Amino acid sequence: MAFLEFCGVRKSFGRTDVLKGIDLTLEKGKTLAIIGSSGSGKTTLLRCINFLETPDEGRMFLNGELLFDASQAKSLSEKQLRAKRLHFGLVFQNFNLFPQYTVRENLCLAPKLLAKEQEKDKQKRKELFAKIEQKADELLAKVGLSEKADAYPCQLSGGQQQRVAIARALAMAPDILCFDEPTSALDPELTVEVLNVLRSLADDNMTMIVVTHEMKFAAEVADQVLFMDNGVVDYYGDTKTAFGPDCPSPRLKEFVGSIQK
Amino acid sequence: MTFWQITAFLLNGFKISCLIFAVTLLAGIPLGLPIAFCSMSRFKPLRAVSKVFVWIVRGVPLMLQIFIIYYVPGLLFNHQIFAQVDKYFFLNYGIEDAGRIVAVLIAFSINYACYFSEIYRGGIESISQGQYEAGQVLGMTRRQIFFRVVLLQVIKRIVPPMSNEIITLIKDTALANCIMVSEIIFQAKKLAATKALIWPLFYTGVFYLLFVGVLTILLGRLEKKLSYFKS
Repeated sequence: MAFLEFCGVRKSFGRTDVLKGIDLTLEKGKTLAIIGSSGSGKTTLLRCINFLETPDEGRMFLNGELLFDASQAKSLSEKQLRAKRLHFGLVFQNFNLFPQYTVRENLCLAPKLLAKEQEKDKQKRKELFAKIEQKADELLAKVGLSEKADAYPCQLSGGQQQRVAIARALAMAPDILCFDEPTSALDPELTVEVLNVLRSLADDNMTMIVVTHEMKFAAEVADQVLFMDNGVVDYYGDTKTAFGPDCPSPRLKEFVGSIQK
Repeated sequence: MTFWQITAFLLNGFKISCLIFAVTLLAGIPLGLPIAFCSMSRFKPLRAVSKVFVWIVRGVPLMLQIFIIYYVPGLLFNHQIFAQVDKYFFLNYGIEDAGRIVAVLIAFSINYACYFSEIYRGGIESISQGQYEAGQVLGMTRRQIFFRVVLLQVIKRIVPPMSNEIITLIKDTALANCIMVSEIIFQAKKLAATKALIWPLFYTGVFYLLFVGVLTILLGRLEKKLSYFKS
């Protein structure tokens, strides 16, 4: 049984069909790279996974259970939607850190708000808060930014900000962590430090979905590759085949070739 | 009259100016918020009503709005409510102009609330969608996102345009003399009429300048306080 499963997901904006029936499966602990040219629907797919967009059709299963069914989407309350979202984390292309909070506060804000909602007892809440802060410090150490815990986002480089954003997403302990072109807004030098964090997460068997233009990175880290072309899945399979000479999709071959030039 | 007597006489008027200033801020700042939300509502009729209202209030001279608030109840219902409040307070408490001041306060509060609402709307709409989405994917509610993430960024962005409006407001209080409220310029005009003294009229400028000077320093401090982050 696959950990995450998508069946026939469709999404259109007005008359533009962006996703024309997407199927995918992902095993726990694996990394899936989604590649494809601009406008192929990669980002929309990722946004559907995170419930930032609601698919028009299709179903989503997580751990064998039905998580989302487009035919019942309208009856979802905000509360239900939030609960579903918490299975997923998302790291944005342009970080979207909260500028008025320090790095540590950025990590702790959402977990604390959640703890506040779930735990009414003041003493227990205090303990929870202490745990959250401790976890935040561990995560910052993991992304190599312990000494920046009290800095504000505007005092950090792009690469550092993105590492904070990754730590912030991890602080919610998502089942699956998604990345939307996490290095596209960064200089080549800064790209490396962010990709290193992703590598170490993959080594820790974090389940990840990464939309990326970094073909080398995808070839090295991803277990599976999904190539999107014009709203459909053109290739979906293991990484070696995708970048190898036996790639069954001529479009993918052409795409990889054009990028490597 | 000595210089100090004249200063005291003008100061009496300036108290009224400050009263109009303070009440307009206290009422207009919160009142602008619901108007801003209506102007941004997804419900079209509400948005239309709100926008037309703001258009009228911003499009008509404030002086005319004071006249409308003050005179229209009398014309429509044959009931001069503000004049009666005036009379009641004068006879019972010896307070002059109470009804007129109330009329001015209503006109000012509505007028400034509309200006503020447009500043709020601009501020709220200038926050990138990414901030909302970042909050959403972290499982925050709309309310939490607005109050914990967006609000302070909005405040930071609207401090400069709000400072502008607030400085304009203290000078706009002079409009109250169109319905004979004894604000500072009206007091100076009384001196010109009864004592043939014209210089107090120019002297009133000093009061405004001092007030605006203090305001500028305070608002500058607020701006500086919020400069610890960039957004």
